[in-house]
Amino acid sequence: MSTHTAETVVPYDDVVARFDPVLGLEVHVELGTATKMFCGCPTEFGAPPNTQVCPTCLGLPGSLPVVNAIGVESAIRIGLALNCQIAEWCRFARKNYFYPDMPKNFQTSQYDEPICFDGHLDVDVETDEGVLTFRVGIERAHMEEDTGKTSHQGGATGRIHGADYSLVDYNRAGIPLIEIVTKPLEGTGKYAPEVAKAYVAALREILRGLGVSDVKMEQGSLRCDANVSLRLSPADRLGTRTETKNVNSLRSVERAVRYEMTRQAAVLDAGGRVVQETRHWHEDTGVTTSGREKSDAEDYRYFPEPDLVPIAPSREWVEQLRATLPENPAVRQARLIADWGITPFEMASVVNAGALDLVEQTVAAGADQSAARKWWTGELARIANEREVELADLAITPVDVARVEALVGEGALNDKLARQVIEGVLAGEGSPDDVVASRGLAVVSDDGPLLAAIDEALAAQPDVAEKIRGGKVAAAGAIVGAVMKATRGQADAGRVRALLLERLGVSE
Amino acid sequence: MSETPSITRDDVAHLARLARIDVPPEQLDHYAEQLQVILGAVAQVSEVASDDVPAMSHPLPLVNVFREDVVRPTLSNAEALSGAPSVESERFRVPRILDEE
Amino acid sequence: MTTDLIRLTAARTAAVVASGEASAVEVAQAHLDRIAAVDGRVHAFLHVDTEGALAAAAVVDARRAAGEALAPLAGVPLALKDVMTQKGIPTTCGSRILEGWRPPYDATVTARLKEAGVVILGKTNMDEFAMGSSTEHSAYGPTHNPWDLERIPGGSGGGSAAAVAAFEAPIAIGTDTGGSIRQPAAVTGTVGVKPTYGAVSRYGLVALASSLDQAGPCARTVLDTALLHATIAGHDPLDSTSAPVPVPDVVAAALRADVRGMRIGVVKELGGEGYQPGVRHRFDEAVEILTELGAEVVEVSCPHFPYALAAYYLILPSECSSNLAKFDGMRFGLRVGEDDGSPSVEQVMGRTRAAGFGDETIRRIMLGTYALSAGYYDAYYGSAQKVRTLITRDFAAAFEQVDVLVSPTAPTTAFKLGEKLDDPLAMYLNDIATIPANLAGTPGMSLPVGLAPEDGLPVGLQIMAPAMADDRLYNVGAALEAALLDRWGHPILEEAPSL
Repeated sequence: MSTHTAETVVPYDDVVARFDPVLGLEVHVELGTATKMFCGCPTEFGAPPNTQVCPTCLGLPGSLPVVNAIGVESAIRIGLALNCQIAEWCRFARKNYFYPDMPKNFQTSQYDEPICFDGHLDVDVETDEGVLTFRVGIERAHMEEDTGKTSHQGGATGRIHGADYSLVDYNRAGIPLIEIVTKPLEGTGKYAPEVAKAYVAALREILRGLGVSDVKMEQGSLRCDANVSLRLSPADRLGTRTETKNVNSLRSVERAVRYEMTRQAAVLDAGGRVVQETRHWHEDTGVTTSGREKSDAEDYRYFPEPDLVPIAPSREWVEQLRATLPENPAVRQARLIADWGITPFEMASVVNAGALDLVEQTVAAGADQSAARKWWTGELARIANEREVELADLAITPVDVARVEALVGEGALNDKLARQVIEGVLAGEGSPDDVVASRGLAVVSDDGPLLAAIDEALAAQPDVAEKIRGGKVAAAGAIVGAVMKATRGQADAGRVRALLLERLGVSE
Repeated sequence: MSETPSITRDDVAHLARLARIDVPPEQLDHYAEQLQVILGAVAQVSEVASDDVPAMSHPLPLVNVFREDVVRPTLSNAEALSGAPSVESERFRVPRILDEE
Repeated sequence: MTTDLIRLTAARTAAVVASGEASAVEVAQAHLDRIAAVDGRVHAFLHVDTEGALAAAAVVDARRAAGEALAPLAGVPLALKDVMTQKGIPTTCGSRILEGWRPPYDATVTARLKEAGVVILGKTNMDEFAMGSSTEHSAYGPTHNPWDLERIPGGSGGGSAAAVAAFEAPIAIGTDTGGSIRQPAAVTGTVGVKPTYGAVSRYGLVALASSLDQAGPCARTVLDTALLHATIAGHDPLDSTSAPVPVPDVVAAALRADVRGMRIGVVKELGGEGYQPGVRHRFDEAVEILTELGAEVVEVSCPHFPYALAAYYLILPSECSSNLAKFDGMRFGLRVGEDDGSPSVEQVMGRTRAAGFGDETIRRIMLGTYALSAGYYDAYYGSAQKVRTLITRDFAAAFEQVDVLVSPTAPTTAFKLGEKLDDPLAMYLNDIATIPANLAGTPGMSLPVGLAPEDGLPVGLQIMAPAMADDRLYNVGAALEAALLDRWGHPILEEAPSL
């Protein structure tokens, strides 16, 4: 069955001119605890199937859950970082539904008593009107558990449709998840996609700063579902929303929101109604396709989890946890804007690239802030994007980048060479100095590049070349100048001149 | 709530579907009747369950029961799979799933 | 000696083993022989672990020979209700859906028994997933009451009670969600106790209603149940609902057996109309004895008790509808349908559960699914939880006035097999006196107080105490038991027909 039935879309500018988008973002964070939420099984990635399981996370008859203290602690810290209220008393609840990746056929989650609620996060978006700040309301953050992993067998694509059977690995079942749900996000207008992306980026930074998760979207430790609806004007009721899953990167968040807006507009323009459903984002083709019809009337028959007792975090404990929070991001960013003498726009670029920690660390390692920003939000961000990994996952450290910048500053490298050094470090060839040495990039008086530069300059100024050959040795100055310019003054001028004359077969 | 809603065979079919039990059609009416009688008998709880009475969440006045985030022994792969109706590649083999969750 | 060995109490058996009068292996063998002789007719056991039992007994003998100190019940044989997991041993919960399932782990109760050197003879029959009052809902056929093989032994733990009554084991473990230890004790002339909720770990107890279930001791004497209670009770970090408090000294209480100066309340709402005359007669006699023993007996009203049954039959099905969802043919147990691509997983789940669950189980799952449904929650499950609060308050108010409450355990003596099968509501009424204690989480004991004149069948008296005051049950129970033994001249089970 083809998954890509081409759907009509309305050009984006047209959409935002006539419709008002409302967003809702649901983010699931997989906590980096040592053990699962309700049992002591390890949570390491990549273990052989069904080796990190016990009666509890396998849902065997008679098994019982016991709450992971760090799971609760992390939930509270996340809530505090998002300016949420922390419940004085709350319970877990069972969300009942049948699915083979769910060992108990209910998920132990929280329903009407989430541990954190009513918070907000301000996100900055760089626009041609400058940096705009949007306040994203946080409805709730609550604790729940992850499911097992199914892999579908026998079909052509490895996806569900057409598969004959599936294989289930419960290693992941029971790993702690925190679900963070925004309030309906209104007033974003044409910036809806960017705001969505900026929210997820900002949230990710916060979570990373808290140390509660490695927040790797491609590995699934940070998952985002994007809810989108359109209405004719902000005065109208909310439109019907769709939920888009499989949004596995920041880029996908923005693209998926944008696409859904254009798709829904086309449906509405044609006089149709948007179907309330779950859709699947395809990064390769840039479209969403229809998944399951999602009905709000999905009867999960929630009731308080009788195998667990209530959680009543004392206010003392909450304050102790508040003291463990890293500096408030807004405060930190304002401080750095002042320290570095940059604009809010420039800061927004750094934050949205997920580079703030890295830039700060590079500056701490001795680099100039402008150079640090240039490298991380420029070349390195480009490479990370290309390779579809996070900046922090690149095999290069802030210390390395500072060193490269230092070498450039010393004149030992020019920009082009510096990029080569960076490439070498990323390729695992060692530290910047190692790469410089092994690739011979340090020897700037190396004849090779000089000759290349000389030839280039000669080719660019053939009349001067003629003059020199003709005996007007003084004209060599123009070529030397060009080479000095080309090598940014890092070549030895005398050597350049000597090589040039040798090249032309002219003697002094 | 003074009257019990009547339970029809369609209601029973719906409940059976929610509970993933293939109740044969010829038994639907029988269950409907029995459920109706039982619900009639238990509906009286709403008579005394006034707003000022809190629901009991737990027989024990316990809160904050936690465990340390420390690894405990797991089952071996063989033990985990020991009761499984069908196994392949060290995983539980399950029938064809129709819908993505 | 062999015949004598099976007639001994657990306390006496332990002493015999400890002193070397008999080896644990001899004791075990005697009971295995008894099972072989009578269980064909009683059908208390679903699985007899001959090899395991003899091996465990041998270990006790070895320890004794090595001069090691033995736990109070070392070498005593026990029957384990088939709802508790025992590693490597078939655990069916009386259901077809778990036929042949061998758990990869021991319940905490099972582990504590093993550690104490108790010799587990096998797993006993029960109503499927502990739902019932007669053991007729077992997928493996009913258990027969040793007093009259055409009668029910009570339920859901009829197997455990019958095993004890038939001298197949001196002690047994049962579980009690609405009376499933106490009511079988009453109709088989044995002693059964539901401890305070949270006193005994539920880890490994296949859940029926998580907020009501509790494992407890079954035996022929109050002291024996106390010894077993002390062996299995105590906080378990694997059970979040396990009470982090010390176990009251129930053995000392059973030995004290002194009710002088105690205030005992007869629950007005339990024991009137609907209770068999012979049951009320023996109950009244027993209450009279308590007065003679020096207790002050008063009538106490628990006005919301009449709503307990209704609340129970909403809370239990709701919790069980969720607890039983895991039985779907994917990871363990019965599966009906292949995974070759023809049936879908939905179809396999549906067929498996329809084939694997009995009528009563299906009925309660649907009832629970209904009660939790969007739109019905408040009226049903929500309201039932409020009634629970009211019942708890009734108990609290009552215990301000008295130290313990008493009532008949069950409205009737053992009824005939098949008699109430067609009428679920009539069956539910068997639990009318036992359910309030489950709802409040308070402890209760049933002990035999005589035979009903009209049918010669055992009658049980129920004692109820405040939460965590389980010792009061044993104190009062032991006092009453001693007085009755005095009056009868022999234990009540000697009146039972020989098998």
